[in-house]
Amino acid sequence: MMATELVSISNAESFNVRGVENLAKYIFSRLGYMLVTFLVIATFTFFLMQTLPGSPFNDEKLSDSQKERLYEKYGLDKPLPLQYITYMGNIAKGDLGVSFQYDGRPVTNIIGERIGASAVLGAQSLLLGCVIGLFLGIIAAIKHNTSIDYIAMIISVIGLSVPNFVFAGILQYWVGVKLKWLPVAFWEGFEYSILPTISLSVFVIATIARYMRAEMLEVLGQDYIVTAKAKGLGSFSIVMKHSLRNAAIPIITILGPMTVTLLTGTLVIEKIFSVPGLGEQFVKSIMTNDFSVIMGTTLFYSILFIGIVLIVDLLYGFIDPRIRLSGRTK
Amino acid sequence: MEKILDVRNLNVSFDTYAGTVQAVRGVSFYLNKGETLAIVGESGSGKSVTAKSLMKLIPNPPGRISDGEILFEGKNLTTFSEKQMQNIRGSAISMIFQDPMTSLNPTMTVGKQIMESILIHQALPKKIAREKAIDLLKMVGILNAEKRFSDYPHQFSGGMRQRVNIAMAVACNPKILIADEPTTALDVTIQAQILELLKILQKKMGTSIIFITHDLGVVANIADRVAVMYAGKIVEIGTVDEIFYNPKHPYTWGLLGAMPNTNYYGEELVTIPGTPPDLLSPPEGDAFAARNKYAMKIDFQIEPPMYKVSETHYAATWLLHEKAPKDILPDFQKKIKRSLGNEKSIRNISNSNGKKEKLLEIKNLKRYFPGSKKQVIKAVDGLSFEIYRGETFGLVGESGCGKSTTGRIISRLYTATEGEVLYNNENIFKKKSDSEIKKLHQKIQMIFQDPYSALNPRLTVVDIIAEGMDIHGLYSDKKERMNRVYELLETVGLNREHGNRYPHEFSGGQRQRIGIARALAVNPEFIIADEPISALDVSIQAQVVNLMKKLQKETGLTYLFIAHDLSMVKYISDRIGVMYRGKIVELAESDELYNNPLHPYTKSLLSAIPVPDPLMERKRKRIVYDEGNAWRDKEEEPVLREIKEGHWVACTNQEYQKYQKESDVI
Repeated sequence: MMATELVSISNAESFNVRGVENLAKYIFSRLGYMLVTFLVIATFTFFLMQTLPGSPFNDEKLSDSQKERLYEKYGLDKPLPLQYITYMGNIAKGDLGVSFQYDGRPVTNIIGERIGASAVLGAQSLLLGCVIGLFLGIIAAIKHNTSIDYIAMIISVIGLSVPNFVFAGILQYWVGVKLKWLPVAFWEGFEYSILPTISLSVFVIATIARYMRAEMLEVLGQDYIVTAKAKGLGSFSIVMKHSLRNAAIPIITILGPMTVTLLTGTLVIEKIFSVPGLGEQFVKSIMTNDFSVIMGTTLFYSILFIGIVLIVDLLYGFIDPRIRLSGRTK
Repeated sequence: MEKILDVRNLNVSFDTYAGTVQAVRGVSFYLNKGETLAIVGESGSGKSVTAKSLMKLIPNPPGRISDGEILFEGKNLTTFSEKQMQNIRGSAISMIFQDPMTSLNPTMTVGKQIMESILIHQALPKKIAREKAIDLLKMVGILNAEKRFSDYPHQFSGGMRQRVNIAMAVACNPKILIADEPTTALDVTIQAQILELLKILQKKMGTSIIFITHDLGVVANIADRVAVMYAGKIVEIGTVDEIFYNPKHPYTWGLLGAMPNTNYYGEELVTIPGTPPDLLSPPEGDAFAARNKYAMKIDFQIEPPMYKVSETHYAATWLLHEKAPKDILPDFQKKIKRSLGNEKSIRNISNSNGKKEKLLEIKNLKRYFPGSKKQVIKAVDGLSFEIYRGETFGLVGESGCGKSTTGRIISRLYTATEGEVLYNNENIFKKKSDSEIKKLHQKIQMIFQDPYSALNPRLTVVDIIAEGMDIHGLYSDKKERMNRVYELLETVGLNREHGNRYPHEFSGGQRQRIGIARALAVNPEFIIADEPISALDVSIQAQVVNLMKKLQKETGLTYLFIAHDLSMVKYISDRIGVMYRGKIVELAESDELYNNPLHPYTKSLLSAIPVPDPLMERKRKRIVYDEGNAWRDKEEEPVLREIKEGHWVACTNQEYQKYQKESDVI
């Protein structure tokens, strides 16, 4: 028995040093995988674009020779493999090409200009959604099977089942048109962002509240919660100190992709509120066959997504020490 | 003696959809300062609920204390508000729970968790609380406490985690420590350490302990007084000697009889027939009457009062009424008397059936699992033994020693990394074709540990039992097949009507019987029983063990009985192999092994089993096996050598000479 104990102690001593080393190694290897993933996505999108019908220069007013000149200008006359190699080479330099629609404006420019509004809107609704959603979920779990629980869950079901453009419409009509409290469209200051933020956050609230409730119920039934209670902790400290962290893993899991979706703009809400965001631009580009913008946006989206997945995985380890040890050795 | 706690007529009930479950029905007891009161009983007897309600830890709703008083130092806790209770919890009264694996928060360092107990109740600066927490860790025997302070629970073994739990519980010098089955989930040697630790702490701090357990051996080891609970009531209470040497209640007799005492052998264990009553509608009269073979008419009508046997000893049974028959001799006492006379002769009969035929032979078996960081886990590492036809071979060892892996390799659930398993002189891994493997599976069957997860919940009992028969195509005729299933149900003590039910409708013991019937269905020769009784209550354990013995007598089965409960292994096995770290360290006939253990690990294992006999417990000295020392002295690898006929020990040449001298003296 003694021997086992000694072994485990020496493990513990070197844990910290090895932990940092392991972390660097882990992140490094993950970056490698991320690069591969990104290349696969880029290649896939590139060839997928080629299968789309139509061309960015389908305007009837253009003559054939004008079209040819445009093809030549944007390099679309070259053989496909060559186009592919050029494109990948440009990506490596951080160049996503130029827009066909806006007469040669760099795609990175367009994204840079559009992402601001989307990101602000996304971040606000994410924040609002998390605060209210976590609160509802926790309250529902603590007051399990009481009217508070039922009300919270009814809110959640409504939020999940009613599409957000319905809320957007209702808010625009009542708060904007009838009461005239807030502007219903455009993007010229904080008050313009309130209504779209609320409309977007409904879904976040509903999802997070549901997950949080289920997870908290599970955690509150664990033995270590009884231990904490037997120590003399009040229910508030039990929730704050012993439950939240243990309930966080699934929440983080759903929050990752949700963050990406929200930050990069949502098509419908941006359209309804006339927000000059990335989502709106994306729809426009698809309609005009602006391949380079579509691809650029897709790649931008995937980079964010891949990055968030890594962050989520790192957060797992931060939240749960058991994942810290076992996850990295595999 | 000063009473620190006085519980009067405590009633706890749970409101469920089916109705109100009266989990605790009028329990009264007191606790003296500095003493240990053990509360024993089977699962569902209300012992845990009683303990939790002392701290008002019963979840409400659905639970509630419906009546009674809990007087702690004269103050009635039932009238306390939640806020007041929070001040009591963890400081005046604290608690340790059963499963150390789940009772610590996995995302908080152990040091913080201990500090928390201190900081809630004492206005101390964090730095001092930290020092105190480190001192506590040292006190409960955790080496390198400063460093381990910032480790997380998963970096500790089960025993160490329970020590952390204890440190947390005693952080504020509580007056009462409630220990709810604190050693049930631990290995025997670890259990012995934890019990010792509790005793030392008690002596140091003068704490009163309420110790809840179902293990009478542990009770004999640690308790000053004992309360026996059945169906939500205390049926007998007295000092530990009174309960063990002069029990009055038939339920106590049953519990004592169902424990295999390592000092006698042969006779069937006393079982308590049936199962505890449903507390949704408690029976009239004595709740135990239906399972009590001494029950009189009055037992079914009127509840017996607490009769006073002595100043400290009370029992609730009509047998103590002046008009009750006086000539009853409890079963377990009969057994002791008989076993003194002819213990050896019974054993010899079972072994003297002419020459022994090897059924299973294991040669240098190894099984490695890939571990973390390119290490290999050597679960089984050079194992060799033989099992003869018709015998029961017990394989004992602590968790992680590779005993279950061995069982799984023999049944081909795992492959072997190296080595051979010969069944009837044929290597089972050489069998390649499906029909050969099928044939082998028919001969070798398994019974699993957890009866709750070993049966498919979606199948009826008939389908579960008949599945194997169908796979092997044993019965083509439907009627014949059903008859065989019914026959099996009756063999294992169930009846036909049970066949159409689903597993969840049965108790643990009944499910294990279904598991046995399933194993028997294909007429096997050899059954691997992997901890078949460790998930069951004592009285139910006895039922299952008796059934297994009966089946062996009737059909000549061979068993490999894998367990960590040494007293039960000793009772059922002909020969025993002690496993340690994937190897057998000692192998002998079970009496020989118990009376004359040679390997230091066996000695330490044997010395750690608590015996249900308080006098013996007081005399017992625990031998600690220090593996580090034991290995350091050795230049050569120890190998199994036969010290005397049938008694093998893993040893070096030098040790071999020493052991031979030792065994000659005896």
